[in-house]
Amino acid sequence: MIGDGASVPDGEVEGLDESDFLELYRQLVLLRTYDERSVVYHRQGRIGTYAIFWGHEAIQVGATFALDRGDWIFPSYRESAIGLLRGLPPATVLSWWRGHPAGWWNPLDYNLASICVPIATQVPHAAGLAWGKKLRGEPTVALTFFGDGATSEGAFHEGANFAGVMRAPLVLLCSNNQWAISTPLSAQTAAPTLADKAIGYGMPGARVDGGDVLAVWEATRDAVARARAGDGPTFIEAVTYRVAPHATADDPSAYIDAERVEEERERECLRRFDGYLRRLGLLDDETAERVKAEALEAMREGIAAAEAEPAADPELVFAHAYADPPPTLREGWLGG
Amino acid sequence: MAELTLVEAVNDCLHTELARDDSVLVMGEDVGRAGGVFRATAGLRDRFGSDRCIDTPLAEAGILGTAVGLCMAGWRPICEMQYDAFSYPCLDQLINHVGRYHWRTRGAMEFPITLRMPYGGGVRAPELHDDSPEAYYVHTPGVKVAIPSTPADAKGLLAAAIRDPDPVVVLEPKFVYRTARGEVPEGEHVVPLGTMRVAREGSDLTIVAYGAMVPVAESAADELGASVEVLDVRTLKPLDEETMLASVAKTGRVVIVQEAPRVAGFGAELAAVIAEKAILDLRGPVLRVTGFDVPYPYWQLEDAYMPSVERVVAAGRRLLDF
Repeated sequence: MIGDGASVPDGEVEGLDESDFLELYRQLVLLRTYDERSVVYHRQGRIGTYAIFWGHEAIQVGATFALDRGDWIFPSYRESAIGLLRGLPPATVLSWWRGHPAGWWNPLDYNLASICVPIATQVPHAAGLAWGKKLRGEPTVALTFFGDGATSEGAFHEGANFAGVMRAPLVLLCSNNQWAISTPLSAQTAAPTLADKAIGYGMPGARVDGGDVLAVWEATRDAVARARAGDGPTFIEAVTYRVAPHATADDPSAYIDAERVEEERERECLRRFDGYLRRLGLLDDETAERVKAEALEAMREGIAAAEAEPAADPELVFAHAYADPPPTLREGWLGG
Repeated sequence: MAELTLVEAVNDCLHTELARDDSVLVMGEDVGRAGGVFRATAGLRDRFGSDRCIDTPLAEAGILGTAVGLCMAGWRPICEMQYDAFSYPCLDQLINHVGRYHWRTRGAMEFPITLRMPYGGGVRAPELHDDSPEAYYVHTPGVKVAIPSTPADAKGLLAAAIRDPDPVVVLEPKFVYRTARGEVPEGEHVVPLGTMRVAREGSDLTIVAYGAMVPVAESAADELGASVEVLDVRTLKPLDEETMLASVAKTGRVVIVQEAPRVAGFGAELAAVIAEKAILDLRGPVLRVTGFDVPYPYWQLEDAYMPSVERVVAAGRRLLDF
């Protein structure tokens, strides 16, 4: 496993300079702030049920940072805010959690697929896009995020197998937080590690410390390089621990060990990278406060914009169900 | 015009459409090297290459799931499911994604997937090679469904499906794959979705059928000795209500024939449309002749399951004597 599970090791990181480090830091803070504010907004009744990703930011930031802007991302709901790293406005994602159609985006604008709610079903989409781009002779790579529970799904298996057979330029990134709601990893698989699954698909498997943003970046960079060189897909298991509830509707006290959660919380990814940058002399209180203030401001603007959206137009019930709708689509509607 | 069987017309259509549009590709189990278990895709791999006629892993949900991504990369995939009942694993992708993704992107992306498969019984096959799954598909929002009964329509409806901006499921009646023969226009031939075919005109009774039930309806019409109109639905969604309601207005008597199990089958939808929009035209109850709410039986029993000419005639007589 790359990374020691406790720190971000000091030392040279090939391929990243100081400005990259600060950008990674900014992105970690942005996602952390997004997540923490979203939980608050939920409690205030301003967004609906929300899937928390506190502690997963290093996986999301590190992996995305290894992609080119033209590469595609296929998120699960745990990566609902990943678009922020590509300029998607916070208001759009907040609108999605508000159940408002302003939460829709055009995937082509960000090379970012829609948030996938059913588990693992985005994996074959990502495999298909990567394969389809390869058939067209385009150098695009696709990356799909999914959780440990997703590896039990048929859709994961079929997508990974297609990618292997078609040598699709795909990165399969498993955020292994060791819990699928209340089901621990030990009840999910008998495999010693999830990365072991890669061998069955004829692809390399890597296991990284998901709390170390640089380790995730490095593993993804290597996988992307393989994909871009025509050497096919890679499976990456990024290991972390779910220290927050599955979602705002979940109470983990019934099934999770609170002491373990507290231990894991000490190893969370943002604090680790913050400490690393300070040891290198690249971060001080002033910069950290500025970055945090900017993220908070982005969220304040985001929720204000989301709440300022006019009520959803009922026409949108019908508008996009079909590109060429059947004539009887609106039968029974009193909306005029 | 060439005289072709229904499955030859499907093959003719695929050759024509792949030649016409180089973003169209065919994918499925055994569609390439073998040319399909029914030969529907014969010759495509040799002519268009293994990138456009793709032998996939044996995984129906993977076929339809990767097709979603292929659409995002600019392809128009035609996915073959080898048999009706083997298509059920793909319902997860169909219901959760294929029928929703256009809507989910606020119309920004189109998913012009064609999902085609042989369907229906009567061919003395092992279990689960005989199902009529149209209700599952037609009940899925965002998805259209076509079922041809003639070779010309098999070509024309499939071409319309391939060119349509929405996902379209095309169910091909395998019972008449090789027995239905007819003139098929050469070259490009499109039958627009959303039009019924009046298979024969009549004024006393309307029999509404689709797929392999159309020839059963026509044989029943011959035996009834009355003036019977036979409608071939052709497109279950969008449905050509106008043609059906005009026929009901003329005859006032309707028998609906479907091979699928009775409960909540597509025949019930047709009956509901007639009840809502033509109740005063009716001279008797709308009758259904259907399969039964049982697992499709082993083939030594299948003749007892399938709607027969005799059962359709009995329903017709009951209405004519009502």
